[in-house]
Amino acid sequence: MATGTTTMAKDTILKVEHLSMKFGGLMAINDFSFEAKRGEITALIGPNGAGKTTVFNCITGFYKPTMGMLTLNRSNGKEFLLERLRDFEINKVAGVSRTFQNIRLFSGLTVLENLLVAQHNVLMKASGFTILGLLGLPTYKNAAKAAIEKAEYWLEKADLTDRADDPAGDLSYGAQRRLEIARAMCTGPELLCLDEPAAGLNPKESLTLNALLRGIRDEGTSLLLIEHDMSVVMEISDHVVVLEYGQKISDGTPDHVKNDPKVIAAYLGVEDDEVEEIEEKLDKGIIEEGTV
Amino acid sequence: MAIASENNVQPDVMAKAIKEAVFAGVVAFCMFLLFVGIETYQDINNQLVWRTRWGLLAVFVAVAVVGRFVTVAFIKPHLDKRKLAKAKTGVLDISEEKSFFHKHFLKIALVFLLCYPFLAMMIFGRQGSLKYVDNFGIQILIYVMLAWGLNIVVGLAGLLDLGYVAFYAVGAYSYALLSSYFGFSFWLLLPMAGILAALWGVILGFPVLRLRGDYLAIVTLAFGEIIRLVLINWTDVTRGTFGISGIAKASFFGIWSFDVGAANNFNKAWGLPSSSVYYKMFLFYIILALCMLTAYVTIRLRRMPIGRAWEALREDEIACRSLGINTVATKLTAFATGAMFGGFAGSFFAARQGFVSPESFVFLESAVILAIVVLGGMGSLTGIAIAAVVMVGGTELLREMEFLKHVFGPDFTPELYRMLLFGLAMIIVMLFKPRGFVGTREPTAFLKERKAVSGSFTKEGHG
Amino acid sequence: MEYFIQQLANGLTLGSIYGLVAIGYTMVYGIIGMINFAHGDIFMLGGFAALIVFLILTTFFAGIPVALALLVMLIVAMLMTGLWNWTIERIAYRPLRGSFRLAPLITAIGMSIVLSNFIQVTQGPRNKPIPPLVTEVYHIGNITISLKQILIVVITSILLFAFWYIVNKTPLGRAQRATEQDRKMAALLGVDVDKTISITFIMGAALAAVAGSMYLMYYGVASFNDGFIPGVKAFTAAVLGGIGSLPGAVLGGLLIGLIESLWSAYFSIAYKDVATFAILAIVLIFKPTGILGRPEVEKV
Repeated sequence: MATGTTTMAKDTILKVEHLSMKFGGLMAINDFSFEAKRGEITALIGPNGAGKTTVFNCITGFYKPTMGMLTLNRSNGKEFLLERLRDFEINKVAGVSRTFQNIRLFSGLTVLENLLVAQHNVLMKASGFTILGLLGLPTYKNAAKAAIEKAEYWLEKADLTDRADDPAGDLSYGAQRRLEIARAMCTGPELLCLDEPAAGLNPKESLTLNALLRGIRDEGTSLLLIEHDMSVVMEISDHVVVLEYGQKISDGTPDHVKNDPKVIAAYLGVEDDEVEEIEEKLDKGIIEEGTV
Repeated sequence: MAIASENNVQPDVMAKAIKEAVFAGVVAFCMFLLFVGIETYQDINNQLVWRTRWGLLAVFVAVAVVGRFVTVAFIKPHLDKRKLAKAKTGVLDISEEKSFFHKHFLKIALVFLLCYPFLAMMIFGRQGSLKYVDNFGIQILIYVMLAWGLNIVVGLAGLLDLGYVAFYAVGAYSYALLSSYFGFSFWLLLPMAGILAALWGVILGFPVLRLRGDYLAIVTLAFGEIIRLVLINWTDVTRGTFGISGIAKASFFGIWSFDVGAANNFNKAWGLPSSSVYYKMFLFYIILALCMLTAYVTIRLRRMPIGRAWEALREDEIACRSLGINTVATKLTAFATGAMFGGFAGSFFAARQGFVSPESFVFLESAVILAIVVLGGMGSLTGIAIAAVVMVGGTELLREMEFLKHVFGPDFTPELYRMLLFGLAMIIVMLFKPRGFVGTREPTAFLKERKAVSGSFTKEGHG
Repeated sequence: MEYFIQQLANGLTLGSIYGLVAIGYTMVYGIIGMINFAHGDIFMLGGFAALIVFLILTTFFAGIPVALALLVMLIVAMLMTGLWNWTIERIAYRPLRGSFRLAPLITAIGMSIVLSNFIQVTQGPRNKPIPPLVTEVYHIGNITISLKQILIVVITSILLFAFWYIVNKTPLGRAQRATEQDRKMAALLGVDVDKTISITFIMGAALAAVAGSMYLMYYGVASFNDGFIPGVKAFTAAVLGGIGSLPGAVLGGLLIGLIESLWSAYFSIAYKDVATFAILAIVLIFKPTGILGRPEVEKV
């Protein structure tokens, strides 16, 4: 699993190189490369159908990419080629966890149980793969206690402590989103991938979410997120990658991307020659940067 | 205003009820015309001939007409009214205070079960109690155990297994064969049968657990049939449809034997009159202990990571994978654990009957066990036990309905209607309680208070 | 070689019957996503209806031409089982539509138990033999092909064509396909979903009735538990071909018929069903959605 040492910069957590994904005859992702830095929030944006979720699914093991290399660099120096890992190992071994665009909670389990399921691998080991736990050995009891404490910590962070004993399916939409993030964090990831975390949230919930995400970053987990909501992206991300028709069209700081004529064109849907026009106008200072 | 509208509605309802009743009558007449109205039988020349049964047909049609009329005219408005009243007052069923019986139900049930054989003996005498200990007690407890075993696969992990009886068969034949060929004792073979069944669970499960939903269901059904067909056709070992008879009885932990001729006969040793009831009582306590073991393991496992992973798998497999759970291994453990309990039950079955044949392991058995799990409420041990008592005990009770002969004449054999009523009961219970008797789920961990999870949130799995 | 062709013919006959029953499974599965376990017993009911009609016909119209008798048997059996399946859907499946997925499966199993036991109680548990209806046999070289085999294959082919036409070319078929794709949307667009599902059940039952009548004609005997084994085989056929796919059901049926007759001919009769089920398991391991089934795309 762990591969030889490549010359990856210490501060890069995820390096995507020449990623391509083909569905039948359709090239959903075409030679896409980018890097996500450790301790940063990297945002992957792009118009509908640009292939953002496909990139995500390749990174998190739900699709096997047609081509390309996805290298994950853990803080202990180990490197993993994500496309070679089995689906569940991406979380278990490589420390990548994710959320889903259409929330996928265990709706019949309580909020607390959702967070305990996320600590499956730790608890499994502590219970001696169930056998020692069945006998009631203290190692498991201690681990179970620690698991509940960890869950409580994330419940607090996600502002869900009051709902801990309610079924997850009973929560409001915004609370479900937060729970999904808390659950992903309970696996102890180094890289957290969020698929449109702000979709469907009202402005107030959106603000809480931003705070939660910043808190997660400040505790040392790197984030990669797909987002439509530009206010969220510009507000919290350190680094933005723009995807259109499966290809990268821009990469840089939020400010850089915001003013990239190609991005503007992609979002406003203008023709190629118009892009040049806008570029010219920008150069001449006819329109102010950031107003488009 | 409510009264006025009720008065207005009344004639409409009546007219509708009459119309629907007539329609139901016509449908029933057409449906039953051939199958009830005409009886086919073989005459003395073995030739197939027929005669009419208009009287019986009339009864069927009349039942349909009256049933439909009563439903539309009285039952449905009554139910609607109750629902409306409930919605108005805002009282929900769940807020009811639990009664003493309700709270201590499990303890009462356990005490009752422990005393049951002695109670039966006190009431019905030594020979009279045989039936109650064996046909009711042991029979029901075997189904309880099987259903609890299958519950791990279907109720917790959400894997639809239609061939569960295969593991029951593996357990039974393991005991039958190993005891007759090698003379191993029950107490050695009981765990072995469980392990062998679990092994088969893994062997069969491994290639097919990738399949989803109904594909898994049909393949498990196919495996169940394959095992049965092999048992029928591999005559050198299994003696085919004749089955294996003369299987050794279980001994009292090797100390006393229940064989009549043995020197260390239990009855002799304790100075008891010779009767098979003591052996049956002993078996009753064995199966009770096995059931308790199943329940204990299930309850413990649910609170462990593996049990939680099973339930999570039932709720959302994709999310499980994203959390680093090895779904194949998790499914396999569920399959193997369920199979193991099936194997225990099978070896017990062989010891109790002293005879096994492929007849006992037909698909219908799998269906009955699955029905008990679903009727009880998937995942709920109490519900499943209640379902087993109602369904198995209920149909056993039919055998006892001798008085019906006085009603329907001496030719009437209530047993003939056993499975018919069983099937009808399955349909009716599902229609009224689609989530089973106990539809709620007990959480496995809690922070402040343990609140049951309503059945409307839990999923039933698709893998 | 001749032996092989002979077995091929036998397999084709049996396969046609399985295919007809399999269509009923696959249609119901396609439209409401439920395994209709009682479908095998509907097939058995069809056989019994044909048997009783046959007895009545031979009593009252002793000299009736065989072709006419067969036609009457088929039509009455189709109407009868259609009515039964309609009622069953109405009573036992419709109230549970959209609820818990296992609930209709359990009512279907319950219904299967009820139907076979109903026939056992009303018509007796013994096998019911009838005199052979069609006895003509043709010899081509050493190959013997009976008229009833030809009849079965021809009737099946005609029905399949009619069926294909209904599903692909008529408004009813369009409604069925729409309901299959998205029930809610179909309802919003004015498709009477309840009616469409009812008709699907009636059509499936009619095909099963034809299969049941032909089974009776082929083997000359009917029994209350005839529904189970052919039912499971047909279900296996539907899954093997890819459940939900109509050509898949026919293909699966033919395959199972062929596997059965060829295995019996060349290996052992005793293990023919084991072979069938084992092949099903192997196919599904390599092609988890059956031969013609659409691969399930995992939506993340």
